[in-house]
Amino acid sequence: MRKKLLAALLLSASTIITPALAADLRIGLQEDPDVLDPDQSRTFVGRIVYASLCDKLVDITPDLELIPQLATGWSWSDDGLTLTMDLREGATFHDGTPFDAEAVKANIDRSQNMPESRRKSEVKSIESVSVTGPLQVQFKLKNPDATLLAQFADRSGMMLSPTATAAVGTDFGAAPVCSGPFKFVERIQQDRIVLEKFAEYWNADAIHFDKVTFLPIPDTTVRLANVRSGDLDMLERLAATDAASVKADANLQYEEAVSLGYQGITVNVNNGPKGDNPFGNDAKIRQAFSLSLDRDAINQVVFEGAFAPGNQPFPPTSPWYDKDYPIEARDVEKAKALLKEAGYDSLDVEVQVANNPVQTQMMQVVQSMAAEAGFNVKLKSMEFASLLADQSAGEYQASQVGWSGRVDPDGNIHQFMTCKGGINDSKVCIPEVDKLLDEARVSTDNAVRKAKYDEARAILIKELPIIYLYHPTWIWTLSSKLEGFTPYPDGMIRLENVKLK
Amino acid sequence: MLSYIARRLAIAIPTLILVSIFVFVLQKLLPGDPALVLAGEERDPQMLEFIREKYRLNDPIIYQYVYWMKAMLQGDLGVSLRTNQPVLELIGDKLPVTIQLATMAMIIAFVIGIPTGILSAVKKGTAIDYIANIVALSGLSIPNFWLGIMLILLVSVNLGWLPASGYESPFVDLGRSLKTMIMPAFVLGTALAATLMRHTRSAMLGVLKADYVRTARAKGLNETIVIIKHAFRNALLPIVTLSALLFGELLAGAVLTEQIFTIPGFGKLIVDAVFTRDYAVVQGVVMCTAAGFILMNLIADVLYFLLNPRMRASL
Repeated sequence: MRKKLLAALLLSASTIITPALAADLRIGLQEDPDVLDPDQSRTFVGRIVYASLCDKLVDITPDLELIPQLATGWSWSDDGLTLTMDLREGATFHDGTPFDAEAVKANIDRSQNMPESRRKSEVKSIESVSVTGPLQVQFKLKNPDATLLAQFADRSGMMLSPTATAAVGTDFGAAPVCSGPFKFVERIQQDRIVLEKFAEYWNADAIHFDKVTFLPIPDTTVRLANVRSGDLDMLERLAATDAASVKADANLQYEEAVSLGYQGITVNVNNGPKGDNPFGNDAKIRQAFSLSLDRDAINQVVFEGAFAPGNQPFPPTSPWYDKDYPIEARDVEKAKALLKEAGYDSLDVEVQVANNPVQTQMMQVVQSMAAEAGFNVKLKSMEFASLLADQSAGEYQASQVGWSGRVDPDGNIHQFMTCKGGINDSKVCIPEVDKLLDEARVSTDNAVRKAKYDEARAILIKELPIIYLYHPTWIWTLSSKLEGFTPYPDGMIRLENVKLK
Repeated sequence: MLSYIARRLAIAIPTLILVSIFVFVLQKLLPGDPALVLAGEERDPQMLEFIREKYRLNDPIIYQYVYWMKAMLQGDLGVSLRTNQPVLELIGDKLPVTIQLATMAMIIAFVIGIPTGILSAVKKGTAIDYIANIVALSGLSIPNFWLGIMLILLVSVNLGWLPASGYESPFVDLGRSLKTMIMPAFVLGTALAATLMRHTRSAMLGVLKADYVRTARAKGLNETIVIIKHAFRNALLPIVTLSALLFGELLAGAVLTEQIFTIPGFGKLIVDAVFTRDYAVVQGVVMCTAAGFILMNLIADVLYFLLNPRMRASL
């Protein structure tokens, strides 16, 4: 009897398997986002959710051109101190509040002045915002700032309902109200974030799903298994080691874009007493180290060739990459000679590495390559928060460093390479570089900016406060039932025009 | 009986205070600066200072402890540094999930572990005993994360019977809730079943040698009744203690299993919190699980009384 009952239970359980509704989309994320308030949040993964939830003033194309989103057009004054923006007519926030110039003003005010705002540095060049028409705003700047528009293509440009921010203040993240294609329904931490289609969205015709659910699934194998079993329609950040098996699977689609970010090794050049060692003091030794590495082999061995080898803060595919300094081929003899010139036959170097298997493997490859040129690399495996603390405090000789990348080139270089840069952990300080990078951020002429960056590159490639190694590739895996997905180098998932076949 | 429970609860208070000091101090000993993790990639110095002020990270540790204790006594466990959500609310969200998982895992462990334990004790030295022991040993040795991934690949990807991961509340959709939970519960349950089986077996072996079992048999009682009524009931005590402790452990969260199956329970909550140095959450969850553990211990002792007439008489 009991057996029968059990069998009946199992049978009934197996019949209630519900296939996902046709117009629902389920996306697997690598991490659980932090607070869902664009002014307060700090994680990359949170921005993926915002791409569906919160429209920005401007957006980017896959080639990093800035295009209209909530702003339909803009112009700079000749002195570069005034930016005039025309705003989209008929855009509404999810709570019915109309989007207009006053809303923009309120949003910039919040990004600049809310104590909890993490956007302050991004919009600090704005002196004032004036409402010059119901759908026109003028930004007066303290100093010319070429990076501002690109900031508006990210969290600083996300427009939140002023009604909602006024009502709930810093608790906005519990139920965010924006103006994007989907509106917030619910969030269960570490489990799911549910959004539903916003019918009044200005570009609603391009949206083909009624509901989007984001599910944080940190384990890459399990995330992929969920797409294979049909429980997910899409995942972001596939492990490079799974790329081959996804490409071979007819039920799956593989999409990729080289990211805007980089990974490398930062060297303590002048950050406290620990920077006072041959590796930190003598650029020649760092050049030798860099020459001892075969970046292409690292990519092949650790990332199955899926990533992009690199030697600059911008990937070789970027318009900002300096083609005069291509990735040097590995040259062990030359590396040995440089080391010898600096007065050493062999040298001990301690490199910090985050204690995850992929990063550790990558550094082990670096370790064995550098060994051939005479470097005794000692790897110090650390949990990420500790690594970050030591790096920031100068308690390191060399350390793994990663940056998720910014649309504007300034974001990948200025704060790392200028004397007072906020994340300049190597504490490199070269007045000439400071001058060039400061000049590059004020010009609105890209050709002028590029020349400045190239000039700074010529100095930095010899100094090597950061030894760049590679640029990760964003890899998405989609069920073959989907079509219309476009990969972007910022790693976001834009659902416009994505639909079921 | 009641005075006994009251006494036990009173003893629990200093224990909890000790736990609170341990959690607090150990956490502060962890290297890494929560402000650096929380400030985001840019680590804006103004933001760092704001965070240190806001969460009182600049104050002496004793002060921080007192602030925390004071708030906790008023029922305020603080807010998550990462998501701004109140810790109490987070615990309220996760506790039912963890209880459900723990309960299902315990049921599976009982259903598998106890009958095999009895069987292997009764059939000691036979092939059945050896097979049961080998299976139990495998249950103990196979790592949870491996079994979990294998189950997902087999049951979800190849056979398509169950969702690969995720969670649904039983009050929203009971069917889906059971379907998402059955695999993780099985993974946890089999490991526990192995432990339970071994203990049941040894307890039964001890009891089966006892005089009263021989007497029962001599009376000509049915062997099943001898085993169930006379032997097993007496072998139950160590099993009860063990079960309560195992259940208490499960309530603290099954970190790896929850991670693999993406179950939003205590284990995942606390691991994520440790990595992001979300002090308020770590402290809140540890206090909560410590209290749960103490409670489970108490329940085990009370069950002793109910099961053992001799102890009842001693009061």
